[in-house]
This record gives sequence, C-alpha cells and structure tokens, in this order.
Amino acid sequence: MSTAEVTPESTGTKKTLKVKRYKPSEDPKNTYLTDEKGLWAWMTTVDHKKIGLMYLGSVTFFFLLGGILALLLRTELLTPAKTFIEADTYNQFFTLHGAIMVFFVLIPSIPAALGNFVLPMQLGAKDVAFPRLNLASFYIYVIGAIFTFIALANNGLDTGWTFYTPYSTESSSSVIWVTLGVFILGFSSILTGTNFIATIHKLRAPGITWGKLPLNLWALYATSIIQVLATPVLAITVLLLTMERALGIGIFDPALGGDPVLFQHFFWFYSHPAVYIMIVPAFGIISEVITTFSKKHIFGYWAIALSSLAIAFIGFLVWGHHMFTSGQSAVATTVFSFLTFLVGIPTGIKILNWVATLYKGSIQMKSPMIYVFSFLFIFSIGGFTGIMLGALSADIHLHDTYYVVAHFHYVMMGGTLISFLAGLHYWWPKMTGKMYNEFQAKIGAALIFIGFNTTFLPQFIMGSQGMPRRYYNYIDQFTIFHQTSTIGSYILGVGFLLIAYYLAKSLMSGEKAGSNPWGSRGLEWQATSPPDFHNFDHTPVIINGPYDYHRPMEEFQLGLANEDKDH
Amino acid sequence: MGSLFDFMLPELKSPLTGASTDAVMAFIHIVSFIILAGVTIALIYFAIKYKRKSEDDETPLITHNNKLEITWSVIPLLLVFIVFGWGYKGWLNLKTPPDNAYEIHVSAYKWGWTFSYENGAQVGNEVHVPAGRPVKLVMQSEDVLHSFFVPAFRIKQDVLPNRYTTVWFQVEEPGESQVFCTEYCGTSHSDMLATVVAHTPDDFESWLSEQGSGSGGTPVERGENLISIQGCVTCHSVDGSEKIGPTFQGLFGREETMTDGTTLTVDENYIRESILDPGAKIVEGYQNQMVSYEGRLSDEDISDIIEYIKTLED
Amino acid sequence: MANHSTSHPTHVHHHFVDSDQQFDTAKLGMWVFLVNEILFFGGLFCAYIVYRAWYPELFQMAALELNTFWGAVNTVVLIGSSLTVAMAIRSAQKDQMKGLKINLLITIGLAVVFMVIKGFEYAHKFELGIFPGEYYTYEGLDHPQAAIFFSIYYMLTGVHALHVLIGIGLIYWIYRRAKKGEFSSEYYTPVEITGLYWHLVDLIWIFLFPLLYLIE
Repeated sequence: MSTAEVTPESTGTKKTLKVKRYKPSEDPKNTYLTDEKGLWAWMTTVDHKKIGLMYLGSVTFFFLLGGILALLLRTELLTPAKTFIEADTYNQFFTLHGAIMVFFVLIPSIPAALGNFVLPMQLGAKDVAFPRLNLASFYIYVIGAIFTFIALANNGLDTGWTFYTPYSTESSSSVIWVTLGVFILGFSSILTGTNFIATIHKLRAPGITWGKLPLNLWALYATSIIQVLATPVLAITVLLLTMERALGIGIFDPALGGDPVLFQHFFWFYSHPAVYIMIVPAFGIISEVITTFSKKHIFGYWAIALSSLAIAFIGFLVWGHHMFTSGQSAVATTVFSFLTFLVGIPTGIKILNWVATLYKGSIQMKSPMIYVFSFLFIFSIGGFTGIMLGALSADIHLHDTYYVVAHFHYVMMGGTLISFLAGLHYWWPKMTGKMYNEFQAKIGAALIFIGFNTTFLPQFIMGSQGMPRRYYNYIDQFTIFHQTSTIGSYILGVGFLLIAYYLAKSLMSGEKAGSNPWGSRGLEWQATSPPDFHNFDHTPVIINGPYDYHRPMEEFQLGLANEDKDH
Repeated sequence: MGSLFDFMLPELKSPLTGASTDAVMAFIHIVSFIILAGVTIALIYFAIKYKRKSEDDETPLITHNNKLEITWSVIPLLLVFIVFGWGYKGWLNLKTPPDNAYEIHVSAYKWGWTFSYENGAQVGNEVHVPAGRPVKLVMQSEDVLHSFFVPAFRIKQDVLPNRYTTVWFQVEEPGESQVFCTEYCGTSHSDMLATVVAHTPDDFESWLSEQGSGSGGTPVERGENLISIQGCVTCHSVDGSEKIGPTFQGLFGREETMTDGTTLTVDENYIRESILDPGAKIVEGYQNQMVSYEGRLSDEDISDIIEYIKTLED
Repeated sequence: MANHSTSHPTHVHHHFVDSDQQFDTAKLGMWVFLVNEILFFGGLFCAYIVYRAWYPELFQMAALELNTFWGAVNTVVLIGSSLTVAMAIRSAQKDQMKGLKINLLITIGLAVVFMVIKGFEYAHKFELGIFPGEYYTYEGLDHPQAAIFFSIYYMLTGVHALHVLIGIGLIYWIYRRAKKGEFSSEYYTPVEITGLYWHLVDLIWIFLFPLLYLIE
C-alpha cells in the first residue's frame, strides 16, 4: 500500500489517491470475446475492441483483393508486350490496386484497426469518447466500399488512383461511383480522427500526463489532426469532380475555361498529408515494439513525440512536390522543394533515435522485432529516395517513372505495411489471447523482407533508366528488371499466405498467451488477454511512464490499481 | 564521381541539360549509401552485442542526449540544404532555354506526337533535330494531359491542353533517343512513344528541305505520311500485327463481321465513315476507342489515306 | 461490467467518469468537427479565390445578377436564428423548458424561411436559364466563362443549403427530445453542440453573402 499524487483529467484538481500493486488475472473468465455472442451483437457493438477487429477483418479482405490485383499486374509485366490481359484491363487493375490499397487498406489499417483496439487501453479508458460514432464510422467505411464495388461491377475505373483531369472527366468508366465512394469514405476517416482527438484529450486515466503518453498515442494524435484537417479538402475535391462529370461545371475542365492543374493542387493538398496519415501511425508502433524487445527506455521521447507533430504540420505545406513537371509556377516549385527537405529531417531524427534506443538494451529478436528491423532498413531507403525526389533537377528526370513507384512502395509498403505487421504480431496475443507459432512467424518475416526487396529494388534501377509508370507495354531493355520484380512479388505472396496460415491456426489452436507475454511496460499489457469489456476492472492510476524498463515489473505495477473505487 | 552508381542511369546524350542532374544524383547516392551502411551496421552490431541473455536483464535508463540529438539534426539539415541548392540550380538551367535555340512545335494527342517545323513540315512520332545546337520544344495537348520525357536528356515536362509548356535540350552527337509519354492518358498510354533523331547540321538541313510542307508527292505517299502524322499507326498496324484497332494490311476489300453481327466488305465509304464517325460500325472483337477526325482531316486527306490503304495487300 | 458504479446518472455513458467529463468531451468533439467543416468550405473558397483572381471582371458582372435585397434578408434571418438558438441554450441552462422549446421552434421557422427565400432565388435563376455547368443557357452575360461563376455559386450556396437542411433535422430532433423532458440544467449537452453547429452554418453564410452578392 502506498499513496500517489495525481491529477485526474476529469476534475483537473490534484488529489492524493491510495494505490497498491495491480496484477491482471492470467486466466480471465469474462472477456470481450465472450461477453456478447452472435452476429447481431457484433454488428451493433459499440466496444472499441470489437470495432477494431471488424476493421481488421475488412482491411485484410481489401488487402487480399489489392494484393491479387498486384500479382496479376506483375504477371502481365513478365513480357514486354501482352502476356495475358488487355491494355484496358491492365489500366483498370492498376487503378483499382492503387485506390483499394490507399483508401481501403493503408489509411484505415493502423489507426482504425489496431488504433481502435489499443488507444483506449493505452489511456486506461473504457472506450473511445464517442463509441456510437465509432461504430457509425465503420459502417460509413462499409458504405464507401459498396459504392466502389458498384463501380467495379459497372465498367470499372481506369483513371489511375489520382483521378487527374481532364482524363477523369472524359473516361468512359464509372468515375462517379468511385468518387462518391471516396467522398463517403472520407467521412469515416474524419469521424475516427475527431473521436481519437477527443479521447486523447479527455479520457486519460489519472496520472497520464502528456509526458507519459505512449508514443503510439502521440503518433495517432498527430495522425488524427491530419485526418481532420486534410480529408475535408479531399471530400470537396471529389465532390467537385463528381459535379464536373454530372453537370459539367467546368472548374477543372480546360474546354470550359477551367484548369486541370488546379485539380492537382486540390488533390495533392489532401493526398500528400494522406501519406502521413498512413506512415505516422507506423512510427508509433515502432516506438512501442522496439522498447519492448530491447527492454529499454525510449531514447529521445520528446524528439520522437514532437517530430510526429512537426511532420503533421509541415506535411501540409509540401503538396506541390508532386507537381514539379506539371507546369505550376516557378516560385511554388522552389518553395515546395525547400519545404520537402524540411519534412525529411524529423523523419531522419526518428530513425536515429530508434537505433540509439537499442544501445545497451536487452535485445530479443522475436517476430515483431524482426519486422521493426526490416522497417528501419527499408524505410531508410524510402527516406533517402525521397530526398532524391525532392531535389528539383533529379525529380524532373525521375518523376512518373518506376523510381517513384519503388519509392512509394518503400515508404508505404515497407513503412506502413511492415510496421502494421509488427503491430499485428505484437498485439495479437492481447487481441486474441492466443500465441502464434514463432518459428513460422520468423520465416514469414524473412520471406516478406526478401520478397519485398526483390520486388522493388529493381524498380529503382529501371525507373532511373527511364521506365515510365503505368505502362502496359515496355521496351525490351527493361525486361530483366520486370521479371526479377515479378519473381519478388510471388515471394511476397507466399509470405503473406504463410502469415495468414499460422495466424488462422493460432486462432483455432494457439497456445494460451499470458497477460503480458513480452514483458512490456505498456498499460494495455496490464489488462487481461483478451481484455474484458471495460478493459480494466477499474480505472488505473499511472505513476510510472510507459517506457520505464529500468524498474522491475513489481515496482512498475505499483500504483496501477486505484483504491478509491468511487468513480 | 559516382561511377559506383552509373549503372542506374542511361547514357547521357544532352550534357547541357543532364550533367548537373547526374552529379546531384551521384552525390545523394553516395551520402545515402554511407548513412544507410552506418545504420545497418549499427542495427546488426547492437542486435548481436546486446542480445538478451536472460529475462532478468537490467538496462540502464538513458532518456536523451541533447548534444548527440542536435548533431544528428544539424548535419542532415546542412546536407539537405546542399542538395536543395544543387537541385535548384540544375532545375533553373532546365527552365531557361538558350536564346539561340531552334524551335519546334509539338502537339500531343491520344496516343501520339506531331512535330511541326517552321517551314510547315510535320512529322509524326519522330522529331529530327540538329546536333550540337540547343533545341526548344513548345508543346500543347489536343486532349488530356501528356508528358514529354527523354531519359537520355534528363528532361520531362507535362503537356497541357490549355497552355503552352516548353522544354529544351542539346544533343551533342548524331543518333537516336527514346521519348516516352509519362502522364497516364488511357488505353495506349504505353504505346505513345517517339524518337529523337539527331543529325549533323548539314544532314538536318537537307532532311528538312526534303520534308516540304507535307503536301508533295503522290496521293499514296501523302497518305502514308498522314497516317504517321495523325497517329493512326499507334493503333492500326500496317504489317498485320495485332494492335488496339484492326490492321490496315489487307483491309481494303476484306469482309469483316461487325459487333452487331452484320457483315460488310470494307470499301472507300466504310473507311471514310470510320474516320469521321468511328463508333458507327465497329469490327467484332474491338472496342470503340477512336476519336473522330472530323475537322482534322480534309476530304482530300481522307482520299489519300484510302489510296495508301489500298496498297497494303496481304 | 461488475464494477459499473450505481452512482452514475442515467445520461452519463458508462465510459465517462462524470457528467462534466462527458460534456467537455462532447464539446471538444464538436469543435474538432467544426474545424473540419471550415476546411471543407475552405476548399470551395479556394476555388472561388482562384477564379476571382483569373476573371475579376466576370465576378463583378455576374454578382449583379444576384438579388442583393433577398440575400440581405436571408442574412438577417440567419443571424436571428443564431440568436434564438443561443437563447434556447440559455433557457436549458436556467431550467426553462418552455423557453427552450419555443426558441427551438423559432429557430426551425427561421431556417425554413431562409430555405424558402433561397428556393425562390434558385427558381428565378432557372427561369432565366442560369443552370450550373453545361446546362447554362443564359445570354445576358457577355463572358465566355460566365457558367463557371454560377457553378461556383451553386456549389457554395448548395453545399451551405445542405448544411441548413441537416441543421433543421438536428434542431427538430433536439426539440423532440426536449418535449420528452430529457434535458435539464444538469444535462443539455446535445442542445449546446447542435447550437455550435448552427452558429457555424450562420457564420459561413456571413462569408458567402458579401463574397457572392456584394462584389464592387
């Protein structure tokens, strides 16, 4: 028994609470997976954990769809001319691959699926601020998806995921269904962001000051800000594009006095911050996993926390670097190039802080940690090639070639998706209460690393040599690079199948996971695995920071239990 | 400098536009490679040296180190300033064509390029230029966005429908270079290729005077020239190979089945109708992809094209 | 749910500690949403600014086609409705349930008046052939891009009118709940956040009116 002075967020006044050591049950009887049964109970649940799992399911489904499209595209590119599909089919496939992966997989993957699950738990809260709104966000996402499927069944979409005008206003494919789908989907993203901001501000358990906020939440907080500020501009852009097609309002159509470059400004004002919506939450996962598996306090907590916010803000000012060859003004080009370099710095600082965290740690190479190491290597390459593309003269040469395709995949797939896998493997025992086969997981992680680099490294070379993106046919000199890349994509496919296999097996017959199999100091690990409906059996009080690995677990757990049960 | 990464770039044929680009790319490659190697070695070294020995391992509390963090913020900042300045300088050069540049007008359309010279000559998908002299292209699109990219010159510029954009280069040696369209423009985007053919100044002058205004020669010769300038050959082959549209080889007099099931024998009127109203009758197995050439081709032009198609027998 | 405290008032959701926390959270959530709304309209205002910079003479000419009188009336109507919604919140805080209901009804009434006037304005334009985009047939304006001004006009006022309609729905919902006696000075969070939303709708019109009607 001891006492602690904390300031509960709810009252704002300091008070002294009696606290004692808290230990979660290793054999929970009543968990969130067992308390409500039946499909209807799941579909109408307001529990953030179940909603997180529903997002996880949908994201996995769309990843499968986008992944199959990617494999078909790579297979078509085995030969310079037609391999097995027509040019129009190819154009539809790459458009859908991009649109599905960006809007339906990467954007919701970490915030909406994993974030929904862990955010309230890391705050010691029972749920997000607006649970019903959270469920509504999920269904809005589903409706957006239905619109996209209507487009698929009805002529498809061949504009590229960027919808550049005037091609998108002339195309005979169903642009309107997809733009409406993206419009609706945007609201899902906005509402999730709003929900997370309110939750982080107002629902922190007593003792969680901003300085004790896990870095995962700093990252989700920065992400939410971008979602709220950038997504409405995308909404209005696709609405204008919809009106352009429906009524010919002419704002983006040169034939009516409009300007196609204006569309690009509108589009990238959202879509550049959108890449930070995708990558910043990944930074959060890396911070959590790397401290757990090196059993060490994070190096440079504030540098990592604030650099996420810095990236979020500077990220709003660099959209024009997608348009260096578009004919935008020279002044704009200069300023956008300069700011692009500035946004690279906070990202570089993060990488070095993570590496420094390993110094004098106690490093255990479990599968989540292998993904983190893959991330650090791959994302560094993604960052350096980003610097290359920020350099004006180099960008003129590399713009719209496979170099950009490779860069984008190095940051989005190698950055976001690999850290998503790290997070999934890290929190899997917490979400399901089951362990997976660690040996198979390591093989899977190795296959992803090898397959990924085999797929995308050759794309840097052929892009640099001049291979343009979105090409159905290509000239012979690029054949060897395309074929290597295709082989790599098959290795990736095998890797993902293996992951799906052992995770499914873990669900059926996995070993029981304890409440804290990794020995993490994260608050979410102080709940049972799987957690009960309210996450903790009473509101925890936090005295120690989330990275206090220098304290023994007994000392760390002291103060997690609140003796005053008067809430 | 940078020979380590030379394999990444195609041979440079326009040093005046590309040398600065190559240099800044080599610089970034080398610096990146050094830092990446450092990070990778540190990762592997730490993973081995600090491998977990037991579950009770204790680790020191190291929260931050201001000196270290400032160092690794400021050094990269200086490096990126260098890169910014270097890239900016190279880009200014790309933006500023020399005053004495030889000017050629470029028209981009789905899916081909037409290059027009001051004497009225027009060539499709082949731009002939004098070597050793700056050439400036003034470009406009007839439909959607396109982009003019020559990897060997390190130049690229989007081509827009509502304004002119320019790009310049100077080829030093006679020879050919590949042109790509790099702004996605639909079905045959990847076939929208062209070639830059550089001649010695004398050869160029004689080539140009041979071209005339494009109206010389017999009807068959004019027709052959027209299907190249107008980009017909992007979608219709003249040697029987399979493309987006039916081949012109043996077309005249062939019996074709239409998408509505009817059959007809290709004659002058069918070809004329297909040029002016492409969607009217589509050959089975093909889609309506073509734009109307009404207003772009005169009656005489169409007759010349028909005469040329007649000569393409199986 | 073993530890679910019985001291919770019924209007406080299970995951909040107390009523104050719930109120603050809801209010913060609404403010964040309003920021998002401002950026949503911000996109349209950007399009407005760009085209006004490119075709300043068009905007001066075309603004004369808009009816400044009815635009001004609508501005007064909306400002009045902002006042009544503020009075509704005040009534809730003072436990005056009758005042709450009456003020909500007046707000709905004023919003409907706004929509009716807007409807007449649209009807008049349609009669002249001023339709959005390619359906534009009006010949009274001698400018090749005249249709673009009206496209922007219809987008801005149309999206705003949609917000007014949503507002009418929300305020009616609040009215129904007030009738059932769900609110008191202890709990009036939905009234307050709906009021916030309505103020934003009003504020956006205050920008739209001079930008579209009063160009000199």
